[in-house]
Amino acid sequence: MIEIDQITKIYDGARAVDAVSMTVETGTITVIVGTSGSGKTTLLRMINRLVEPSSGDVRINGEATAEMSKTALRRRIGYAIQGHGLFPHYTVARNIGVVPQLLGWPAAKIAARVDELLDLFSMAPEQFRTRYPAELSGGQAQRVGVARALASRPDLLLMDEPFGALDPIIRARAQEDLRRIQRKLGSTIVLVTHDMQEAIQLGDRVAVMDAGRLVQHATPAQIITEPATEFVAEMVGGIERPLRLLSLIPACEIAQDGQIEGTPLPAQTSLRDVLAQCLASGRDAVPVLREDGTQGQVTLAAIRARAQSRA
Amino acid sequence: MLSRPGLLFAALGAAAIFLPFLTLAANRIVAGQGVPIWSLAQAAPGLVALVLGLALGVISRPALRLLGAALGLAGLLWLLVQGSNALLSDAGEFARVSPAAGFWCLLVVLSLLMADALGALSPGPWARAALLALTVGLVALLLRSGALSDLSIMQEYASRKSGFQTAALRHLGLAFGSLAAAALIGLPLGIACHSSARLREATLPVLSFLQTIPSLAMFGIMIPILGWIATAVPGAKAIGIAGIGFAPAFFALVLYSLLPVVANLLAGLQSTPPEAREAARGMGMTGFQRLIKVEFPLGLPVILAGLRIVLVQNIGLAVIAGLIGGGGFGTFVFQGLNQTATDLILLGTLPTVALALISAITMDILVELATPTAERTR
Ligand SMILES: Nc1ncnc2c1ncn2[C@@H]1O[C@H](COP(=O)(O)OP(=O)(O)OP(=O)(O)O)[C@@H](O)[C@H]1O
Ligand SMILES: [Mg+2]
Repeated sequence: MIEIDQITKIYDGARAVDAVSMTVETGTITVIVGTSGSGKTTLLRMINRLVEPSSGDVRINGEATAEMSKTALRRRIGYAIQGHGLFPHYTVARNIGVVPQLLGWPAAKIAARVDELLDLFSMAPEQFRTRYPAELSGGQAQRVGVARALASRPDLLLMDEPFGALDPIIRARAQEDLRRIQRKLGSTIVLVTHDMQEAIQLGDRVAVMDAGRLVQHATPAQIITEPATEFVAEMVGGIERPLRLLSLIPACEIAQDGQIEGTPLPAQTSLRDVLAQCLASGRDAVPVLREDGTQGQVTLAAIRARAQSRA
Repeated sequence: MLSRPGLLFAALGAAAIFLPFLTLAANRIVAGQGVPIWSLAQAAPGLVALVLGLALGVISRPALRLLGAALGLAGLLWLLVQGSNALLSDAGEFARVSPAAGFWCLLVVLSLLMADALGALSPGPWARAALLALTVGLVALLLRSGALSDLSIMQEYASRKSGFQTAALRHLGLAFGSLAAAALIGLPLGIACHSSARLREATLPVLSFLQTIPSLAMFGIMIPILGWIATAVPGAKAIGIAGIGFAPAFFALVLYSLLPVVANLLAGLQSTPPEAREAARGMGMTGFQRLIKVEFPLGLPVILAGLRIVLVQNIGLAVIAGLIGGGGFGTFVFQGLNQTATDLILLGTLPTVALALISAITMDILVELATPTAERTR
């Protein structure tokens, strides 16, 4: 658990981060969103003390970070920097192994961990291990950057726009990978983005920053349905709000009885995608699988009702 | 397709063939008489090789141009050996033969042709190292074989063998010793400047100022300063500090070297991409670990480039040490200037140039080897 308590950073009289308090529960993903310059990076970097707060405290599992040694603190927190920040003179394997090496892991254990991580991010180890960052595409480099942050199995991860350079398809896959890895390892992640869609899809909690202040800290559904300020509503995007909401709800939740033709969609397909299917195929209902594996259907009317009920 | 530089080299080479190739003098001091290539006995094979070499140099394929350069150089060597032999056999006891303008021009033209062909072939660092070793080996073999011993400069050498050896050791000591000392002082200084902007702003202008002092003046200034230290500081004389000789030359060279060493070290350390430095901090590296693992290796090519500048510069500047009794090849140069004995001047100059060339090429290879593989292959 990370407790951020009235933390403030003042640069030349301007408050880059202004009295922000929030609690990040263990084993959850918290996404910090906001426009450029709203203080997201500064807030994130105060957690591992790359930036020293002007006032306020950060506690990790009850222990004040101000009292820990900076290097020890940073070695136990995974950090993926905005842009990948890979070392150009290290191979992919050595880049990923930096923190384990600092922590004194034996070489064989590091090598095994490197291969495991490359596999996890669908990059063939024998192909990528010995490459240099200059020999990677932007997206591959970013994934290696994230793998490097995960290398020492930190239970806390800070990620600053880790998927910024990725195209939408790779981005969606990388988000899924991250979600899967986080579930599996139960890590606590604080992730920064300026993309509200990413925040809603990835976050257990979303923290919206505006001009250094934390304006709302809530679940994605609450952010969409009950925006605390005009600014949050604008970030969510007035017209797209129902769609954003639908993207959070799995199809199986409103599936009804009824056998209709066609291959059923998986149970976890979002209602947004189901709607897209309906529109694309010109039908009023599509077949979906239910959680118990039986087939059901989702109708346009049900989607409409669901969108209205909460929007 | 023809090679344009090759055409230029061929034209220049053809013109140089008509210049006097060797000089024949009655003794080592008097001015000599120029002798053109065609009046040398048995010149034909050499001349043919030379012309053929220059002609091959015109072709656009670099491998053939390289072959042409090698052939031309072989012809040049043949002419030199045969020509000097033939000229001396008909001349008096004290007669001297030395290469003249034609030889030097052809040597330069063929070397340029070779450099141009090699540049086009762009061999990797290891191939270049092998090539350098081969060239140095061949030249050494040639000098030891005695084939050139008829030449005036080699006679000059033969009469001062031991002096030459001392001078060579001195010269190496001055150039490499001052480089080592400058690195020993410059490295910590540069690292300190890297972490403190204040120190940097105080240090760099001083070092730049030192660099602007003309070399003769610098060596001159050292004489009274070190002379004073030798008398004023007890024990200084005992460790070899004196107004003239090795010490002032050495110190002058060290002072000259500091700016390139420190400036390139700084540039190298600061060339680390900011994200990489941030990532290193974020992952919990200490300042020292960042320096050793990230900033230093990433800056190594630039840092080595600084050492290269210093080494080549000091090999050249060390000649001036001869003027203040510091020894080295400069001794011959200044003696030769006093006696107007060109061969003696060359005896000091040629090894200096060769040393500078070998050092420059070796350091270039090291710089390339220090560059991360991926960047090198791109
Ligand atoms: N080292 C610094 N010195 C002075 N001002 C700074 C410094 N770092 C950040 N700031 C200022 O603090 C504010 C917040 O910056 P921050 O980097 O946290 O923004 P951000 O939300 O991460 O933006 P982006 O989405 O563009 O990355 C900005 O106005 C920035 O100019
Ligand atoms: Mg930022």
